[in-house]
Amino acid sequence: MSFPWANEYKPTNPLMQWVDERLPLPRFVYNAVGAGYPVPRNLNYMWNFGVLAGFALVLQIVTGVVLAMHYAANDKVAFDSVEHIMRDVNWGWMLRYAHANGASMFFIVVYTHIFRGFFYSSYKAPREMIWLLGVVIFLLMMATAFMGYVLPWGQMSFWGAKVITGLFSAIPLVGTPLQEWLLGGFAPDNAALNRFFSLHFLLPFVILGVIILHVWALHIPGSSNPTGVEVKQESDTVPFHPYYTAKDGFGLGIFLLVYCALVFFAPNLLGHPDNYIPANPLSTPAHIVPEWYFWPFYAILRAFTSDFLFIPAKLMGVLAMFSAILVWFFLPWLDTSPVRSGHYRPLFRKFFYLLVVDVLVLGYCGGAPAEEPYVMISQIASMYYFLHFLVILPVVSSIETPAPLPFSITEAVLGKDEHATLAPATPAVA
Amino acid sequence: MAEQASIAEATMTGANNGEGVRRRDFINIAAVSFAGVGGLAALYPLISQMAPSADVLAESSTEIDISAIAPGQAIKAVWRKQPVFIRNLTPEEIKAADGVDVASLRDPQTLEQRTTAGKTNWLITMGVCTHLGCVPLGAGEGEVKGEFGGYFCPCHGSVYDTAARIRKGPAPKNLEVPPHEFSSDTVVKIG
Ligand code: HEM
Ligand code: FES
Repeated sequence: MSFPWANEYKPTNPLMQWVDERLPLPRFVYNAVGAGYPVPRNLNYMWNFGVLAGFALVLQIVTGVVLAMHYAANDKVAFDSVEHIMRDVNWGWMLRYAHANGASMFFIVVYTHIFRGFFYSSYKAPREMIWLLGVVIFLLMMATAFMGYVLPWGQMSFWGAKVITGLFSAIPLVGTPLQEWLLGGFAPDNAALNRFFSLHFLLPFVILGVIILHVWALHIPGSSNPTGVEVKQESDTVPFHPYYTAKDGFGLGIFLLVYCALVFFAPNLLGHPDNYIPANPLSTPAHIVPEWYFWPFYAILRAFTSDFLFIPAKLMGVLAMFSAILVWFFLPWLDTSPVRSGHYRPLFRKFFYLLVVDVLVLGYCGGAPAEEPYVMISQIASMYYFLHFLVILPVVSSIETPAPLPFSITEAVLGKDEHATLAPATPAVA
Repeated sequence: MAEQASIAEATMTGANNGEGVRRRDFINIAAVSFAGVGGLAALYPLISQMAPSADVLAESSTEIDISAIAPGQAIKAVWRKQPVFIRNLTPEEIKAADGVDVASLRDPQTLEQRTTAGKTNWLITMGVCTHLGCVPLGAGEGEVKGEFGGYFCPCHGSVYDTAARIRKGPAPKNLEVPPHEFSSDTVVKIG
């Protein structure tokens, strides 16, 4: 669907006319990300990150397919094949650093994208489905990145695989058989490495599929915007192309600057030196940590150190870690305020920034060793995390008095809207 | 036309009178169920292939010479590609383990239940933390043994006592005792 004033695709080139009549793919692209897609005129740079995430996925697929041409998924040679890529393959070092840092950039972008959603309440009706699909994409990304990190078969790869599959052993009754089934053995071994490679190759294409659904769902109501007031009229929008292709292009330039700085000047900054030691099943590195993008969740996992009622500490930690993400699925129904944007919600806004700080604290503790004071800080921060979503958000939504909203996007941008007085007396809150 | 009408009538009444299932319903249900069973049957090998394969399962056993392990010392052996701790407990360590009120433990077991009768000084356990599977410290020379003098897992801070029983931290169980028997006074067979 689109707004009635959307530009219509009218190819002048006879070849494009010929194609369009037989397979309306150019029309599809034109309506999705071209001049045929009207977008709110007031989007800020926070709205760049969807396109950037798509770019990062393409980057991972391109560099990944090329790496797979040189990589060997066998526990005897995997580590050496990665060193072979680094030392012998033409440009291999660059491709590997591009892929490893591409994963980090992907997560930076997606985390920003998600927190944009938190601030502007982009998950609210009618955009719940977009949000739910987004959480699915994030879960798939985590699985993909985890399995990718296992492939170089260094110490962190091995022990990461062991600890993360160990999470499943916390499930009562079926836990240990499940872990053995996932690994194809009693500990990570050749069987595990091979299946992780197979799935690491596959999942990005599954992600691509879910992204198509995500964008499809987005195009039904269209993008939200910083005011959270829905589009009412043509003067509220501009065509995606050239306005947002240009704005996204600028954002992409900044993204590439940061990305290239990492790849070329600090390629191992976000990695862990222990992963340059070949996997050794008999010795755990003194300080094992996952990749930085898992730290907040890892901190929640480790925050549970004693049994709670009849639930063992181990199971509690695992449940809490998964719930920390699963709670996002319920967000559209936990936040009941009719106002979307944090700009017009003074109380909500303060708690949003507290949540950002809380997640940063969790992230710091997740990367730190499992000792005091980090354990206690993780415990407090984990508690606040769940408190935010399950208590603070619903309560704030019901007691807060939001600031007055502009009548329309046009009024928010230009200070006045000629249609404002002519429009039927519908409430401004969409 | 007339024929068609009567068929339609017949099926209508067939459907309405409650008894007698229509032939078409029967064929429909039978065909879909059959396809469903076939689909499930095809799923089985697809799932089962991921379980440990025959060579991984082949129960290997390892014989280990323990004559050189002095009281207070421990070694790391390998069984099923996983570390095993073989520890020669000192009398003080045995006393410390026996001095604990078993009922107060998270996973209540006595040292006697975890060792072979007459050889309570030989504590043989998997070197795999029951939390998430790291190798605890304490078996190697100079490694920290944690506040209960047994093992300490650095990953998330689980502490085991001198009978390798869980005392503190997130791990739910004592270190697992693998099946083992003493072939002689100086050789133990694991597996
Ligand atoms: C969602 C997209 C993807 C993410 C987040 C991702 C993430 C990762 C990560 C974190 C690593 C470990 C890097 C290292 O430390 O060396 C890795 C390695 C690898 N990935 Fe991916 N990847 C993605 C897509 C792909 C695709 C589509 C392929 C192939 C078709 C691929 C093939 C490989 C290979 C062969 C390696 C091992 C070489 C190496 O370790 O550098 N990846 N991936
Ligand atoms: S694996 Fe040992 S404490 Fe977590």
